[in-house]
Amino acid sequence: MDHKKTTLDLFNNVDLATELTLGLPGTDNQPEIIKSSLSGNKRTSSEMGSSTCTDENESRFSPPTKEQVVGWPPVRSYRKNILQVKKTESEMGSGMYVKVSMDGAPYLRKLDLKMYQSYEELMKGLQVMFKCIIGLYFEREGYNGSQHVPTYEDKDGDWMLVGDVPWEMFISSCKRLRIMKSCEARGLGDC
Amino acid sequence: MFPEEVLEHVFSFLNSHTDRNTASLVCKSWYEMERWCRKRVFIGNCYAVNPRVVIRRFPEVKSVELKGKPHFADFNLVPEGWGGYVYPWIVEIARAYPWLEEIRLKRMVVTDECLEIVAKSFRNFRVLVLESCEGFSTDGLAAVAANCRNLRVLDLRECEVEELSGHWLSHFPDSFTSLESLNMACLGSEVSFSALERLVARSPNLKTLRLNRTVPIEKLSTLLQRAPQLVDFGTGAYSAEIRQDVYSRLADAFSRSKNLKSLSGFWDVTPAYLPAIYSVCSQLTSLNLSYAATRSPDLTKIVSQCYNLQRLVVLDYIEDTGLNTVSMSCKDLRELVVFPSDPFVGEVDVLLTEQGLVSVSQGCSKLQSVLYFCHQMSNSALISISKNRPNLTCFRLCIIEPRVPDYVTHEPLDVGFGSIVENCKQLTRLSMSGLLTDRVFEYIGTHAKNLDMLSIAFAGDSDLGLHHVLSGCDSLRKLEIRDCPFGDKALLANASKLEKMRSLWMSSCLVSFGACKLLGQKMPGLNVEVIDERENVNSLPEYVPVEKVYIYRTVSGQRFDTPDFVRIMGKDKDDLFSDKGLKVAVLFCSNFGTFRPCCCTRSRSL
Repeated sequence: MDHKKTTLDLFNNVDLATELTLGLPGTDNQPEIIKSSLSGNKRTSSEMGSSTCTDENESRFSPPTKEQVVGWPPVRSYRKNILQVKKTESEMGSGMYVKVSMDGAPYLRKLDLKMYQSYEELMKGLQVMFKCIIGLYFEREGYNGSQHVPTYEDKDGDWMLVGDVPWEMFISSCKRLRIMKSCEARGLGDC
Repeated sequence: MFPEEVLEHVFSFLNSHTDRNTASLVCKSWYEMERWCRKRVFIGNCYAVNPRVVIRRFPEVKSVELKGKPHFADFNLVPEGWGGYVYPWIVEIARAYPWLEEIRLKRMVVTDECLEIVAKSFRNFRVLVLESCEGFSTDGLAAVAANCRNLRVLDLRECEVEELSGHWLSHFPDSFTSLESLNMACLGSEVSFSALERLVARSPNLKTLRLNRTVPIEKLSTLLQRAPQLVDFGTGAYSAEIRQDVYSRLADAFSRSKNLKSLSGFWDVTPAYLPAIYSVCSQLTSLNLSYAATRSPDLTKIVSQCYNLQRLVVLDYIEDTGLNTVSMSCKDLRELVVFPSDPFVGEVDVLLTEQGLVSVSQGCSKLQSVLYFCHQMSNSALISISKNRPNLTCFRLCIIEPRVPDYVTHEPLDVGFGSIVENCKQLTRLSMSGLLTDRVFEYIGTHAKNLDMLSIAFAGDSDLGLHHVLSGCDSLRKLEIRDCPFGDKALLANASKLEKMRSLWMSSCLVSFGACKLLGQKMPGLNVEVIDERENVNSLPEYVPVEKVYIYRTVSGQRFDTPDFVRIMGKDKDDLFSDKGLKVAVLFCSNFGTFRPCCCTRSRSL
């Protein structure tokens, strides 16, 4: 035991304290030849991440296209995947595009439902897009005072009048929109 | 001298492994007595000892716990195929311990064949806990389900399972009623709900049920009603269209779960369904919302009602405001974990800063354990935390950007972490991040006398840093380092320390092949594993730093199940230097007075 200690602790005689060179924190003291190692395709860690920044803004934000260091931050991969999935879903969802057709129009349009917070805003958007006028919504009578009635196809494939259900429920079940002519829409509002 | 019966009785009160180990060292008769009555064996590194040696010493074991890969394997730093195979252990213990009841494995490779052996070999098998394991499929689970008649615990924590079918659950026979704990949260495949429901219904002792994501929210109330005695419940995906009837049933079921103390799951949360759990909040001692990507107001509303909470795991969506609520409402909090919602984001849009942690450290007097991911930190915050909570035992801070300084003063965070180790005298685990110089290691070496595990990344200036830690931390057993300028000098100067530790991991540092070889040659009690995947590794000179080195103490010598990118250094007589390394070799060897002639071929360690 002791023998081993003396033979191997050869560097105990070296005063490591005096081995310190003067330099700023973060400076690498190692000889260049080892640092720029013959490592082929592997990047050295010193190329990544930020060193001390004097610019406060820089220390807070990094460019969005940051290279990812393997295993950093130390988060399990299943945890990263779940959040990535969530992000992709919400990114796709935050483009909650549905097809919109208007009776008589030659082609369909696409609309991002996530851009609106309420039926009022949606109506405004539709009116701008199709240059039409959609009447006011009444719970009993449906849409009054115009030639156009907004309808939508829900998850079950049924055509429904826009406006009956709470907004959140509407955007989660709306698959496509159709602006019908009032005369054709008569059947929906009644009953 | 005490008669044997008395000694045995006294030993039965010794439950911790360290106590048992200490007792066995008192004298020969105590050693003998202790080894015959030890029922639980814990092996922190499966390569530290041979299974046969363990079996020879402890013939009456009922419970085996093994750990395999090093901790950094969790973050993909250990390449696939490194090792950690449990098969050799399973074969031996199946032969030697027919009455074995419990197996607990962490970070090991477990095959279906292993599970089949377990299923068929132990008549009274009760507990199977696989944590962060991989290598098996749902077929292996089916074998366990079908054959382990007395199984009580099947706990798959964060495993990677090959999902061949969800049918495995249906293999539990109708006569099987002893289940107490089932954790299948890590599985992705759908199980038959009716089989699950029937299983729950015929398991009167079921206390823990953690479902996987595929169990829909509409079905939760059914399960909760079947198991009103549940203590620990993990939901599946917690989302659906808002339906009043589903919500009411769920809220009602939760309100009847009077024994519920722990909640988890909550994938894909629809916030409108969260109030369903309000009725149990005040009962909860543990809450894991770390998959609930919902914003601070929803989270805050929940935690504000969790007066008895001891453990909280959340995403940074909770923000400083939410943590402030925690500090005021959760006065019994012992453990706080805050994960990052988006670890790779460039811009920070979540308002979680160091302030959240400071608040909790102020308000929660029993706080002992912290794992905290954030984007900024200051020395003054760390000092406050250390003064507020000198009772901290585990402090793991991850500032997401490497080498970030104190955001206020732009200085390194040496003083802040120094304050942590100085004030928190019972600290046993520490992980550091941010800009750190050799100074912080001087503080650690001086003060962290109870530190058991230390994790370092992107820190330090020179070997002096590592030297401080290895020479100063008396209780250190596990040290893991990545991307630090630590090299041969400190390692070799503290070689004897390594035999007192379980393991040392160093990756992307400056430890050379030559030093690893020397260490391996001179320290027979250590395996020095160089893990290096470079194609040209065999032609690299001796002074070049290795990619990764994993050093651990062992009484079983080198292992023989290594892949080609792992070399166990210094054990092989043929493992010699190349021409270029000769000069360095002479430098290292000259103090020993021996020198071997070399041949120019390099062989693998086997």
